[in-house]
Amino acid sequence: MAHYVARRALLIALVLVLISLIVFVAIHVLPGSAATLILGEYATPENLRALERDMGLDRPLAVQYAAWIGGVVTGDWGYSLAMKQPVTAIIGLRLRNSALLASFALVAVVLVAIPLGTLAALRRGRWLDLAILTGSYLGISVPEFVTGMVLILVLAGPSLHFFPTGDYAPLAAGLRTWLSHLVLPALTLTLVLLAHVIRQTRSGLVEVLQSAYVRTARLKGATERRVVVRHALRNGLLPAVTVIALDLGYLMGGIVVVEEVFAYPGMGRLILYAIQNRDVPLLQVSILIVAATYTVANFAADMVYAWLDPRIRYR
Amino acid sequence: MTTLAAVARADAPLVIGALILGCVLVLTVLAPLVTPYGVAEQSILDRLQRPGAKHLLGTDQYGRDLLTRTLFGGRTALLLGLGAVALGLLLGVPIGLASGYAGGRTDEVVMRVVDAFLSFPALLMALMIVTALGASTAHALLAIGVANAPGIARIVRSQTLAVKHEEFVLAARAQGDSQAYVMFGEILPNLLPPIVIEATIRIGFAILAGASLSFLGLGVQPPTADWGLMIREARQHIFLSPWPLLCPGAALALTIVGFNLFGDGVRDRLAGRA
Amino acid sequence: MTPPREPSPALEIERLSVSFETPRGEVRALRDVTFDIEAGEVFGVAGESGSGKSTLAYAIMRDLAPNARVVGGAIRCAGDDLLGLAPDALRSIRGRRIAMVYQDPQSALNPSMRVGQQIAEVLEIHALASRSGAAARALELLALVHIPDPPAVARAYPHQLSGGMQQRVVIAMALAGNPGLLIMDEPTTGLDVTTQARILELVADLRHNIGAAILYISHDLAVIAQVSDRVGILYAGELVEVASVARLFHHPAHPYTRGLLEALPDIDLARGFRPIRGRLPDLTRIPEGCVFAPRCDFVEDACTRGQPAMATAVQGHAARCLRWEMVMAMPPAPQGRRIAQRSRETASTVASVQNLTKHYDEPSALARWLGLARPPVHAVDDVTFDVRGGEVLALVGESGCGKTTLGRVLVRLLPLTAGAASVRRRESGAEITSDAEFRRVVRIVFQNPDSSLNPTKRIAAILDRPLAIHGVSRPARRARVRELLEAVRLDPSYLDRLPRALSGGEKQRVAIARAFATGPELVVLDEPLSALDVSSQASIVDLLMELRVRLDASYVFISHDLSLVRHVADRIGVMYLGKLVELGTVDEIFSPPYHPYTRALLSSIPVPDPSAPATTVRLEGAVPSARRPPSGCRFHTRCPSKLGRICEEVEPPLQRADGTRWLACHIPLEDLRREPPVRPGNA
Repeated sequence: MAHYVARRALLIALVLVLISLIVFVAIHVLPGSAATLILGEYATPENLRALERDMGLDRPLAVQYAAWIGGVVTGDWGYSLAMKQPVTAIIGLRLRNSALLASFALVAVVLVAIPLGTLAALRRGRWLDLAILTGSYLGISVPEFVTGMVLILVLAGPSLHFFPTGDYAPLAAGLRTWLSHLVLPALTLTLVLLAHVIRQTRSGLVEVLQSAYVRTARLKGATERRVVVRHALRNGLLPAVTVIALDLGYLMGGIVVVEEVFAYPGMGRLILYAIQNRDVPLLQVSILIVAATYTVANFAADMVYAWLDPRIRYR
Repeated sequence: MTTLAAVARADAPLVIGALILGCVLVLTVLAPLVTPYGVAEQSILDRLQRPGAKHLLGTDQYGRDLLTRTLFGGRTALLLGLGAVALGLLLGVPIGLASGYAGGRTDEVVMRVVDAFLSFPALLMALMIVTALGASTAHALLAIGVANAPGIARIVRSQTLAVKHEEFVLAARAQGDSQAYVMFGEILPNLLPPIVIEATIRIGFAILAGASLSFLGLGVQPPTADWGLMIREARQHIFLSPWPLLCPGAALALTIVGFNLFGDGVRDRLAGRA
Repeated sequence: MTPPREPSPALEIERLSVSFETPRGEVRALRDVTFDIEAGEVFGVAGESGSGKSTLAYAIMRDLAPNARVVGGAIRCAGDDLLGLAPDALRSIRGRRIAMVYQDPQSALNPSMRVGQQIAEVLEIHALASRSGAAARALELLALVHIPDPPAVARAYPHQLSGGMQQRVVIAMALAGNPGLLIMDEPTTGLDVTTQARILELVADLRHNIGAAILYISHDLAVIAQVSDRVGILYAGELVEVASVARLFHHPAHPYTRGLLEALPDIDLARGFRPIRGRLPDLTRIPEGCVFAPRCDFVEDACTRGQPAMATAVQGHAARCLRWEMVMAMPPAPQGRRIAQRSRETASTVASVQNLTKHYDEPSALARWLGLARPPVHAVDDVTFDVRGGEVLALVGESGCGKTTLGRVLVRLLPLTAGAASVRRRESGAEITSDAEFRRVVRIVFQNPDSSLNPTKRIAAILDRPLAIHGVSRPARRARVRELLEAVRLDPSYLDRLPRALSGGEKQRVAIARAFATGPELVVLDEPLSALDVSSQASIVDLLMELRVRLDASYVFISHDLSLVRHVADRIGVMYLGKLVELGTVDEIFSPPYHPYTRALLSSIPVPDPSAPATTVRLEGAVPSARRPPSGCRFHTRCPSKLGRICEEVEPPLQRADGTRWLACHIPLEDLRREPPVRPGNA
């Protein structure tokens, strides 16, 4: 097990470095240098040169990268051009808001999706399974922005104003208000995530239910209940651990769209803002954080999985 | 439950998916012939009309016929989806194949890089690329294609690993076949079924990604008809008329469901037979 | 006063018929099968693939696939009908009155549950003991199945145990409920010969200690001969003969039984080694009349009109044949000729292997830096031998001995780690240097016909490729491909087919044709028969020997089957854990073998003769890991004749012994010569 953990940790560190490289390269090397990006229509040759000198963009790329990554690691995350503040001041709040939304979605998923997926697998081929499958098909096929907007249309319209159409209110404004701003975006995110996790839980469990050792358990005379609880679930839900981690990645992509639909001030919207305003420093760090969070979450999931699976834990 | 019913029930996703896709395909291909109005034909007098005799699905905020725009939007969606996946295959298959076949250090290194790319949620990856290149349909296609390539490479690699130790591959190497021939002539034909399945399922998600990009303003640009773009444009007026939201929304959902059903159905069928 | 009832047989199968619904039609997997098993008796069911034997086992446990139906007949266990049981009643019987052991123990065990708990579970399910009582009983059961250190094993997870141990655990699990009937479906397939011998010993042991009836299913007639009291032969879903084991093997009454016995290579070379012609019938279209008629040498008109009923020859011996008297009266087939035909005695050397070493899975620099390096796998270590012109050199050993790796290094599929291997041309004696020439002259045939042909290519393309690589023109290739097909006795219509349309034997013929396409002088054959049915093995051997003579090629014949090797080889090399421990002519190695491992190997092989003497050499323990081979003589950890410290510290070099024999052992020759002869025997 120690061998496994050490190896994976090393790899993750490597991947994180690669991610930072990719982010940097994508923004700085592709056609249209960062300066052009920033200046947009105002990119006259003199302005370009001036800006480049100012921002240190005329140094060799490797040096720029080293400076940037050095800063990131030591806590200096750069200065946002559009918001005129150090990036660190901006990101904290946004990160918290997005985390809030994501946590809601994840909790709902664990509490709802895994049981539903399990049920579907156990009642495979029957009506309940088909109903759950159909629901999850819709969940993964309907884009979040459509779901979100339909929810707004129905529940936040002028007639049925159950929820506000978006934005965020701090907890200080009252629990009810605070929650009311969270419900619709969280629901939108959850629906899609639910669908993914239900399908994967179901297929993982179905595979286990058809395995040889489950057959052995039945041939030992075990009741269906014992077969499911003692044998199938333990092994069949193991993949669910990794599924949840993988879906964090999905979550982070979907969150951009959902935050846009609901004008929710989180990381997703921040990234869009940075893109629209060509705020390179802000954009770099925001994307890096999202990708790094995903990677670390995956690593954590791998470790949990390894701990739970005796084949890895006791080599 | 007779066997026939069981078989039909088992293959239902495949059949239904195929039906849906068939309709979508036919309608979008025949769009110019079927639609009564031009795609960009505006009519200020007829703004935000509800479905009626004159406009079967209503009109949007510029008075453009929704039926027309929805059907034409299908063309853009399909173009984006199919094109992006084709690009993803073009990039991902050779990488996965070569890396899996090479094994050892090379494979490790390539897979770390692929993993790094995969650490980006697909939409974020696409966002980065579009940001750097500028927003347009072509760039959106490129971005989504590149975002899909690592996932495809991963899958192709793991399939390659499974096949490369099969004795017919060993026989080819023993008789002196070149590495290239072994990869593309012996291994690849065995990978076609899983690749096709993967590709079909990804088309659905590529369409979804394309629509999302357009919705964010970073994909298809006006005045081209595109479902995501139409929904973006419909945002401000949804309480005045929901139709500019519902028509492209339903079309999107239906098409993506179709691809997903079809892809899953094909996978189940092939898995059952194997 | 009613007389006391006779105890019912442990198992009664009466006219059982099972069919499967498939898109191709109704597959009639079992038809009219009838037999009984008494308590305490071992009933062996022998059949090739497609005979329906697994269907039989699962039908008894009522665990058939969803598309299977019992279309007729009855199954009774100690008098109680099994087919009509309600689910609850069925559950109380499974694991308790009837238990099953099947192939592949690794997948039968739950990977995330400790082994002891899985055994104890049976007792918990059937409320036979409390939690602590069940745990204690689990330990007892582990001891019963000859597992050393039961407490340690009980705490282990399945993947931490060897294959042999896992199978014992599965057996212990099956015995936990004290069943009246134990069904064993190919329990030793996939295990090493020496491990298999121990398991079979265990089964015999259990038979005496536990009163259970055992239904033992296998394709291996030798194993059946060793364990059974009575035997039934299953062919294409029908039970064609039932008899006591002695009568069945010495006086078979059904042509198929005879055919099967003659299709086996006899290690004493006393019996013919002949194939059964034809193929299994299509189970969706079973012909009128006797199902074996199309392949039968004794067939007459009456056989094709109506299925023959079971005719009783003698009490307890019945066969489904109209001509059983004639079959039984027929003398045994003529003495097996040695198939090996050396075309001419020659001292020329075709291949020369010097100190060949192959290690793999070397740790990466990263791993070493982290201190996490594992030693590499020592697959082949310091092996030296020659292959002579026109000879068949057999390499034998159990799995993990390195013979397959050695074969692959020889054909340059794998690079060697140290040492040298060179191949010379027969005519000129010149060493082959160019890679292209090498790959034309040295070829390989693999074990598994299902995976050695690319499933997406047609036979014509498969055979065309080696010719195309070596620059043969297109028209010449087309002609040559046809010639090749003819040489392996396949119809030209096969050219357009895909591999999945061919049977195992036919696919192997194509693989052989592919190997011979370029006119090789040295062919490595890696277990070419292991994956084939018994009835087709002999014809493939005939083909191989014929081709060898025609081309005057040399063979390196890799196998674990010593009986087969006795028929085909000129010289034999015995390998253990990467080392060559003994090398000599066939006659030398067999009578008598010198090296303790060779003796053990020979002794462990079951023969299809129930009257064969008991195994004389037992090997304890499992094969050590190839990553950390034992110091000194690698066999010392299991050697029954170990001398002492010298065996642990000094590695015995391969030296000349009597005649043309080479031997790597510290035991003095005089002592080895004095050892009693070893015969392959039964427990």
